[in-house]
Amino acid sequence: MSVAVTIESVQKSFSNFAALRGVSLDVQPGELVALLGPSGSGKTTLLRLIAGLEQADDGRVLFDETDTRRLSLRERRIGFVFQHYALFRHMDVASNIAFGLKARPRSERPSASEISRRVSELLELVQLGGLERRFPTQLSGGQRQRVALARALAIEPRVLLLDEPFGALDAKVRKDLRGWLRDLHRRTGHTTLFVTHDQEEALELADRVAILNDGRLEQVGSPDDVYDHPATPFVCEFLGEANKLPVEVVGGQAFFGNRPVLGGLQQNQGGAASLYVRPQHMRIVDDTPLALPGVVEDLRRNGPLRRAEVAVEGLIRRIDVDLASQVAPAIGERVRLRITHGSLFAAA
Amino acid sequence: MSDSPLPAAIYRTDRALRDGFWIRALLLTLALGFLLLFLFLPLIAVFVEAFAKGYGLFLESITEPDALSAVRLTLLVAAIAVPFNLVVGVAAAWAIAKFEFRGKSLLISFIDLPFSVSPVISGLVYVLLFGAQGFLGPWLKAHDIEIIFALPGLVLATIFVTFPFVARELIPHMQALGSSDEEAALTLGASPWRTFLTITLPNVKWSLFYGVLLCNARAMGEFGAVTVVSGRIRGLTTTMPLHVEILYNEYNSVAAFAVASLLAGLALVTLALKTYLEWHFADAISAKSRH
Repeated sequence: MSVAVTIESVQKSFSNFAALRGVSLDVQPGELVALLGPSGSGKTTLLRLIAGLEQADDGRVLFDETDTRRLSLRERRIGFVFQHYALFRHMDVASNIAFGLKARPRSERPSASEISRRVSELLELVQLGGLERRFPTQLSGGQRQRVALARALAIEPRVLLLDEPFGALDAKVRKDLRGWLRDLHRRTGHTTLFVTHDQEEALELADRVAILNDGRLEQVGSPDDVYDHPATPFVCEFLGEANKLPVEVVGGQAFFGNRPVLGGLQQNQGGAASLYVRPQHMRIVDDTPLALPGVVEDLRRNGPLRRAEVAVEGLIRRIDVDLASQVAPAIGERVRLRITHGSLFAAA
Repeated sequence: MSDSPLPAAIYRTDRALRDGFWIRALLLTLALGFLLLFLFLPLIAVFVEAFAKGYGLFLESITEPDALSAVRLTLLVAAIAVPFNLVVGVAAAWAIAKFEFRGKSLLISFIDLPFSVSPVISGLVYVLLFGAQGFLGPWLKAHDIEIIFALPGLVLATIFVTFPFVARELIPHMQALGSSDEEAALTLGASPWRTFLTITLPNVKWSLFYGVLLCNARAMGEFGAVTVVSGRIRGLTTTMPLHVEILYNEYNSVAAFAVASLLAGLALVTLALKTYLEWHFADAISAKSRH
């Protein structure tokens, strides 16, 4: 029932603003893919384009082998969950969910009893059994979100599209719903794309994450892949915190100033570059040939993490370092930092 | 010691309230006095004058053939103009609220035009266009089509003058609602027509009623534009407001006020419905649950 979605170099402009500048992406049947990016990156436009709510200026979108330009909105069979749910406020929960089934042409329309059976089935699925007669205004945000999802699922969609599914919810509900959605996806197996600007959400939920920036696809890959091996400086900075060091690469080693800070690099790299290191990939060490000396300027606790801010000579910004539990430097102490993992990008 | 700040605070609040009381009383008196003098007294005068010579004469005045024909004509004009403006107003509001296109702000200004043009000018335009000496006059005469000094002219003038009401009510409401409800319905497989009937219309029904109500009140009460195109052929092209004026000019004040009281009655009913809708309309957005 679920289809593969193939996006072939789609472009889309709004009056004088280019929202998508040639994006290609393959989504496998049953896959859960996050479209991640800052606002204005084109992620929502891409989602609406797949749904058929926008027309591409160029390029095409395929469902399996079918070019979607030949399909009407009804024929696309899209389950679309809008950011603010767009529940029909003058209809109760049951009518909202039944809307897509009742809107079918007479020949394909299920009987009234079949429709009401499907509605209660879907309400059970989204854990809202018994709320059939409620109106959207009488539901909490999380409940509305699940009604919107049940309504989208009612038409047995071939692709499920979610626009910022947790954007309008508070932090606690958001966390609960994330796990619940992951679970639901595992059970129903719909090809699913969801838009988010929250990297944590994307990394936690998705099978694969597609990172968009300024209308272009920066990188597509599994959460581990994009987090540990970012393809561009943008991806590296967007997916989490990173310290940026200007380095010179010579003979397989990266030098900060005249100090070697990272070794074992491929020999074909060379010249000026930027080295991005996440705070958890820095370690305070006693002595090692490859190390960055600095002075601890501040210590902070952020939930379970302890973090040191280390001033390094020649750098304006302090370096953030996550501390292992047994390490306890004092403010003002001179330390040496070893980089365990970093991403190197040739300087622009 | 610890008690002392409390009475002081109470005293201050108390004085602040008393200051507010006098200002409020003054403003209220002004507002109520104005309403009494300029609205209620004239309204009462209309009814007092209408019944001045007794109930029998009142009844006679509103049932004589010319009066009845004026009522019929007024109802007929409204029955054509209001549904027309309802359909065109919904279409215009839909286009403006849901689509982006060139010249949109120009269209919005044009919708407001009838409000800014003097009704007399609106009527004159139709005379210039369709009158005997008008632009299309000779052609219409050759084909034996009567517009000016006949029902079509009255309807045209009324449509023009009352056009903005429905569109003006709907546009801000539809814009505030956005298009995502409609988009949701379309992705769920509903046809555009079904989407309009089951989603768009129910969403705006209260503002639509409200616009239609105001449109109707104005359509029945319109004087300026109608007077120019009517020609005042008694019993044939006089609507109620025109009939009132003719009677008044003939010093037949009882009959004039009797017919005027019908119009005033319409205004009161409109006001009552409008107030009810305003109360219900604000309610409708937050809780539709009581249906």
